[in-house]
Amino acid sequence: MKIEGKKRLWQEYQKEIATDNFFYVRSCVRQNFFPAAEQIFLRFMRETLGKSVYENPAHTTCTGIGYHCDVVPFNTTMTVVARQFSLMAEAGCENLAVSCITSFGLYTEILETWRHFPEIEEKTREYLYKATGREFRIPGNLAHASDIVYKLRNEIAAKAPYRLVNQFTGRPLRVVEHIGCHYSRMFPHKGIGGAEYPYVLAGLVDSLGGEIVDYPERRHCCGFGFRQYVVRANRGYSLSCSKKKFDSMEPYKPDLIITNCPGCPYFLDRWQYVVSEMQGKTYGENGHGIPVFTYEELAALALGFDPWDIGLQMHQVSAEPLLVKMGIAFDPDKKYLGRNGENFGRPEKPHFLKIDLDGLEHQVNSNQYSVTSNQ
Amino acid sequence: MLSLIESMEVDYYKELGLDVRFVEGLTGCIHCGTCTAICPAAEFYNYDPRIIAETVQTRDSDKIRELLISDTIWYCGECMSCKTRCPRNNAPGLLIMALRALSVRTGLFTESEKGRQQLVMKRTMGEWILKYGYCLYREEMTIEDHPEQGPTWEWQNNNLDKLFERFGAKYRGSEPGPLREIPPDALQELRKIFDVTGALDLFDFIERKSAEKAKEMGLEFSEKLDCKYVNQIYNLDSGTHTKENI
Repeated sequence: MKIEGKKRLWQEYQKEIATDNFFYVRSCVRQNFFPAAEQIFLRFMRETLGKSVYENPAHTTCTGIGYHCDVVPFNTTMTVVARQFSLMAEAGCENLAVSCITSFGLYTEILETWRHFPEIEEKTREYLYKATGREFRIPGNLAHASDIVYKLRNEIAAKAPYRLVNQFTGRPLRVVEHIGCHYSRMFPHKGIGGAEYPYVLAGLVDSLGGEIVDYPERRHCCGFGFRQYVVRANRGYSLSCSKKKFDSMEPYKPDLIITNCPGCPYFLDRWQYVVSEMQGKTYGENGHGIPVFTYEELAALALGFDPWDIGLQMHQVSAEPLLVKMGIAFDPDKKYLGRNGENFGRPEKPHFLKIDLDGLEHQVNSNQYSVTSNQ
Repeated sequence: MLSLIESMEVDYYKELGLDVRFVEGLTGCIHCGTCTAICPAAEFYNYDPRIIAETVQTRDSDKIRELLISDTIWYCGECMSCKTRCPRNNAPGLLIMALRALSVRTGLFTESEKGRQQLVMKRTMGEWILKYGYCLYREEMTIEDHPEQGPTWEWQNNNLDKLFERFGAKYRGSEPGPLREIPPDALQELRKIFDVTGALDLFDFIERKSAEKAKEMGLEFSEKLDCKYVNQIYNLDSGTHTKENI
């Protein structure tokens, strides 16, 4: 094929991503389970990369999980989202940066709906005005926060003291990248690489020197399924989907999993713990699980932020095996301490899944390991 | 706004057509089965999205009603893998969303085990959105109900204020940040939006229809989240939904 033709073909898989002056909307799931991921994203965007990211504490849930649990009507959801747009316009911003994949998919769905059915947009404007007296403008640019990290990946890599390379072997670390379903399944042209060749996370991994693992169930859903997790009677669906992925990726010996949806790291982390409790089965090396990261956590780790400021102690599957392999300087004794050294006690240990530095003694004792400790 | 329907004389196909997701989700199914092959729910449950598209395509109101009272429409996880793969640009996942919405606004959701779970959705995230401004709120998630959280969850819960402080945030604070308290006027706007767009009426309707079903089933029903009816719909798995050997 001629180069021109190739370029044209791949244009479908590109998207416009703003590079500065963002209005940030948070994720319900991330705030509850990985609150530090959002904090560290804002910190490296502002402090390391010098970007302007504004947020208004009056923004709310987009209602996305309620919408996909079929209890919040579409009109309601569209009007709540229109209110977020109104807050953004009020702040004088045009570039929306979205933390959540469910939200990003929903914002995309709503904008596409309005494009195809202008009368629905008009009706939403009426609802919003009647309910709140507000008006809104459609964002000039809509990006998921992982799109923005992708866009800035080479800048991040250039400033990063750490790379995705195994310090013991010198080989690239093997990375499973898991894309949230609502990133591009509904509207492939709104995601980098579309739904067929999503490159949004793989691009970051490439820039940091890692190696992507291509395994059979790479594109399978993590199993959230909304009502399939929320209701206890349905939860087997969620666990089964994640387990299918773990079993499929295990032979490829991944060193880490990276995700862009807030829900996926939660399920891929917690269900590894559940499989270990139910079957005594662990998927990582030395009795550990496969560490699961969000893209913000991984970028921040490479940039040299303290793992415990990034919130890696909020994970049930410990991050230590990866920290050791990357040669990251960290103090294991500070994992469960407060900012000023207050002692919070420690969580109980799971029955089978190894946590912290347990089982990694042979690597810890290696002089290549760069752990720093006060003790 | 799509209206609540209590009449028995309904053209269910016509009602589906009022939902934009139905309009967008069906462009003509060729029964190739690609959606079923890719569907995570079809692997786990007795579920076949191809049949959903085939059924609604008949335009037969009685057949559509059969779907609305069935467990079948509640198996989908709304991952939308079907949308990506359909060679004719149908989206069975969107059809499911339109069918579920119709099942709720006709009250037919109470006719199936999985459909009755909508009361849980209303009483958890439906009410949490209005109370907190978040779909999920960790203080409402107990370790007894969510043992998958693991021991780290309990440790986190005992130290939330200090953990958030470590992350440069204030738990339930007023400034921008994770799990800040959403300002009262913002919550008020949210409630008004729910009112104007009919969500509050829908919530009341779900309560009323669920109360009627509880009476019919002889189960205690109250406003409490742990009344017998809610306990049953939240926990009951009759074992008839999944494929063999799962």
